[in-house]
Amino acid sequence: MKLKMTTLALGAALAAGPAMAELVFPSLSYRTGPYAANGIPFADGYADYFTLLNERDGGIGGEPIRMIECETGYNTEKGVECYESTKGEGALVYQPLSTGITYQLIPKATADGIPVHSMGYGRTSAKDGSVFSNIFNYPANYWDGASVAIKHLLDLNGGSLEGKKIALVYHNSAYGKEPIRTLEELGKKHGFELSLLPVDHPGQEQKSQWLQIRREKPDNVIMYGWGVMNQVAVQEAANIRYPMDQFIGIWWSGSENDVRPAGEKANGYKALTFHNVGDDFPVFDDIQKFVVDAGKAAGAGDQIGTALYNRGLYAAMLAAEAAKTAQGIHDTKALTPAQMRDGMEALEITEAKMADLGLPNFGPEFTVSCENHGGNGYGAVAQWDAAADSWSLITDYIQSDQDVLAPLVTEDAQAFAAESGIEPSC
Amino acid sequence: MLYRESGDFSSTYAEDSQTFPIKFDRYRYYFVLFIAIAVIPFMINDYWVNSLFLPFLIYAIAAIGLNILVGYCGQVSLGTGGFMAVGAYACYKFMTAFPEVSMLVHVLLSGLVTACVGVLFGLPSLRIKGFYLAVATLAAQFFLVWLFNRVPWFYNYSASGQISAPERTFFGIEITGPNTQAWATYLFCLMFVIFSAYVARNLTRGSVGRKWMAIRDMDIAAEIIGVSPLRAKLTAFAVSSFFIGISGALFFSVYLGAVEVGEVFGIQKSFLVLFMIIIGGLGSIFGSFAGAAFLVLLPVALKIVGVDWLGWPTDIVAHLQLVIVGGLIIIFLIAEPHGLAQLWRVAKEKLRLWPFPH
Amino acid sequence: MPEQLAFTIEVFLNGLMAGVLYALVALGFVLIYKASGIFNYAQGVMALFAALTLAGIIDGQVPFSHLINAILGTDIHHFGWHVPAFLAILLTMVVMIGLAYAVQRLVFRHLVGQEPIILFMATIGLAYFLEGVGDLMWGSDIKSMDVGLPQGLNTWIDDTTFNAFGYGFFIDNLDIVASIIAALLVIGLVMFAQYTKQGRAMRAVADDHQAALSVGVSLNFIWILVWSLAGFVALVAGIMWGTKSGVQFSLSLIALKALPVLMLGGFTSIPGAIVGGLIIGVGEKLFEFLIGAPFLGGATENWFAYMLALIFLVFRPQGLFGEKIIERV
Repeated sequence: MKLKMTTLALGAALAAGPAMAELVFPSLSYRTGPYAANGIPFADGYADYFTLLNERDGGIGGEPIRMIECETGYNTEKGVECYESTKGEGALVYQPLSTGITYQLIPKATADGIPVHSMGYGRTSAKDGSVFSNIFNYPANYWDGASVAIKHLLDLNGGSLEGKKIALVYHNSAYGKEPIRTLEELGKKHGFELSLLPVDHPGQEQKSQWLQIRREKPDNVIMYGWGVMNQVAVQEAANIRYPMDQFIGIWWSGSENDVRPAGEKANGYKALTFHNVGDDFPVFDDIQKFVVDAGKAAGAGDQIGTALYNRGLYAAMLAAEAAKTAQGIHDTKALTPAQMRDGMEALEITEAKMADLGLPNFGPEFTVSCENHGGNGYGAVAQWDAAADSWSLITDYIQSDQDVLAPLVTEDAQAFAAESGIEPSC
Repeated sequence: MLYRESGDFSSTYAEDSQTFPIKFDRYRYYFVLFIAIAVIPFMINDYWVNSLFLPFLIYAIAAIGLNILVGYCGQVSLGTGGFMAVGAYACYKFMTAFPEVSMLVHVLLSGLVTACVGVLFGLPSLRIKGFYLAVATLAAQFFLVWLFNRVPWFYNYSASGQISAPERTFFGIEITGPNTQAWATYLFCLMFVIFSAYVARNLTRGSVGRKWMAIRDMDIAAEIIGVSPLRAKLTAFAVSSFFIGISGALFFSVYLGAVEVGEVFGIQKSFLVLFMIIIGGLGSIFGSFAGAAFLVLLPVALKIVGVDWLGWPTDIVAHLQLVIVGGLIIIFLIAEPHGLAQLWRVAKEKLRLWPFPH
Repeated sequence: MPEQLAFTIEVFLNGLMAGVLYALVALGFVLIYKASGIFNYAQGVMALFAALTLAGIIDGQVPFSHLINAILGTDIHHFGWHVPAFLAILLTMVVMIGLAYAVQRLVFRHLVGQEPIILFMATIGLAYFLEGVGDLMWGSDIKSMDVGLPQGLNTWIDDTTFNAFGYGFFIDNLDIVASIIAALLVIGLVMFAQYTKQGRAMRAVADDHQAALSVGVSLNFIWILVWSLAGFVALVAGIMWGTKSGVQFSLSLIALKALPVLMLGGFTSIPGAIVGGLIIGVGEKLFEFLIGAPFLGGATENWFAYMLALIFLVFRPQGLFGEKIIERV
């Protein structure tokens, strides 16, 4: 009892003391709530990479990393509470993993001068850095995803989708509605017919939508789902005997949790991704040695190498690299959020850098600039092999159709600037 | 000794029929108001405002609104989330369409729009009673959420379907948007809370309130003595929706700043506000505040204790939050089924007699 | 057969099946409301808890493993054994009966005679509590439920209807199994209520607590029995829905789908739950097919179910089969 009290007192004293010179990365995770199954591996990957950097390298540039985890449960109000409680600790970048919370933070974080990295989610038009100075969504966004999926289908169909039918099964929320405009534009350009099938939250019941697909027999189905909607969709598609290799999901519909429940029948399901899959990379040996064997793994250790774990790892890697860039530009070890933002805006990811980190060919190469906060729109297609219980990339990194997308991004960003009274500046 | 009415005489009818007849109560009320208006604004920072005070104040307004409907008039309603969404979207449309008009007007107008919608969805109450009515109001909840998701006019045709509050000022001080000051948003919401509580208290003390309570207690007998159930029930829906609409408008414009209707104003919001008034005490304005405080502050307090002070893993703390909140609800109900307001009343009764036992 | 007619019949049949699944969840509500006048908000969470327990027992998971590991610093997750489905279901039933006993003893014994809304609030507290405990015990990651139920297109129906009508109807095997199980359950419950001593005692308690006490019916025992039955129904519902979508938090939201069924069928009638379920299932699927998808952009099922129930209620305020509400002044 006495020991406990002194530990408590010591802990309180340390917490109240002056902030040590360290790099603070808050992790707004959701390990509970309706999307816990997907939030847990991402949070594990994010945490494990920072633990690895601390254990193996002593931090970034010698500065130890402090990761503060805050549970949001995918709830916007808790997200606000987590943001307010951690921003005073010197938080360098926020990655909320929730489109709703990101929309919240866009004006707040910009006013507080802290950058937000909404990697492959959030507000797509944040790619336009002249309007969204503190928001970054490299390496790809939702509209890129839709376009990459269409490009892949064009490849499979010999360059033409004229007269084909494509169905979009989407989560009936802001996230799910994102690709509609892009797909409509691409439909006009390539001549395919788009049919829209919204699925209400949480997506536990999709009988009507899949009966409709069975009746209409579209050539391909694209899915923008999250949480239980993914599992049910794959299961229902298997039930109606829809050919799995004609079913492509966005990167948030491409995790092991989504396909394992359907077992054998999910074989051949495709999903987009903007990073590589599996654990066959040198960095995983380091993680095994410095993190798992040392007993500091964030989770139970069974998620290492899964798609969402890799995504969390990738997000942490990008944050660490941006911090290194910031340390270089400003010639300092301890960073302020404003310096971190500059580092993110000057970030350059090359194959050589990734190979050095133990992640060869893990993601596309891209450069961030003031005008372009969203990378170059490269994504790849992964396919699920039920027998091997793993994903594997079946294409190279394909670039999205910039001719169609660039004007849409600019239009949406300008509308936001007009509505909020922001002067575009670069 | 402290809390007595002896020696406190009224010499006018106004004094005789005032809300707090006992001097101790009156001074307590002025003291609380003084702290709220003159002391707290100087002490708060961003975290306290955004995580504790704003949600508490805004949910208190919603709880007052729902208490009028459920506690005073006996019509169980689960459409609170949908009505808050009406308030939020109405506020958004007004803010973007008339940027020069003051925020005060926008919020009040949103309340009026929500009142009209509330009356419309309150029509089934003329025929359906009890828990069946609760489930009928769920139709309003789901329909409104679907409507705001589906019709692009409501979110100004934006590609994402989310609405964001543009920056607006009130007497030259920003109260919406990212650059607000903690004390400014706090005082703005406090203004509405005081207004709502004042109006609600006086409505429920007057003949309108007595009609509502007559309908709640025995609606057939009330009809026999001349209380029109149509007018009583529909005015209850109207007034309740007015307050809920104000709270929805504030929730969107001042507290969150950006809203996605399915996630923020879904069914769980309706249940949350209903829980607040049941825990706080049905038919009591103080109960609305107590319930809002319990359900807003307790989870945050548990999180601060669990994660920040004790350093436990965040998911265990989140699960324990549920266990503790659920357990406390059951314990409170067994100890005092009529809610925290009843506990407060009993405490005041005991204080009236103190130091004597009876 | 013209295509549109074939489609409509297919949607109709699938609506019936969906309705059966909703009715399964509604049955739990009806049982508890009938016997004790409590509207059990925790029914959905009970289904989730039962499904979690079943999946955990089958997998040989250690209960409270995350908590134990956090406190003691160990790293245990599984016992290592694999329990066959039938035995696991029996064990889960034991847990649910234990839960019914605990709920009765610790919560509702102290709240006898309170107003319905207070009892409703107690079930809300119970729902929060049970959700937290369920997550602490078994973890919040997704689990797959596999008790050997078949899933997927029923090929016999597909082939037969294709040969007969030129269009193969899609009926899911799982739905057929669920319908049979639900029918057996309803018949069993109705026979139990009508013909057994305990069933009659249950109906007596539903009618009037004081009178039942005065003829020697043990109120506590009946309530534990009813909550156990509701727990069993929750387990069955949890198995069905868990097989379709995996076992995780969203499973507790199926209770929301059962509420319009309760409105329509009446809170106090077991056959009413089935009939209400069928009407709601068919109504919402047909509306979505005929009007929702082509003209309103889809995703109308949720609110239309409630609108349908609302329209019925306006004409019959106690539901189709519910007890007529008699008010005395």
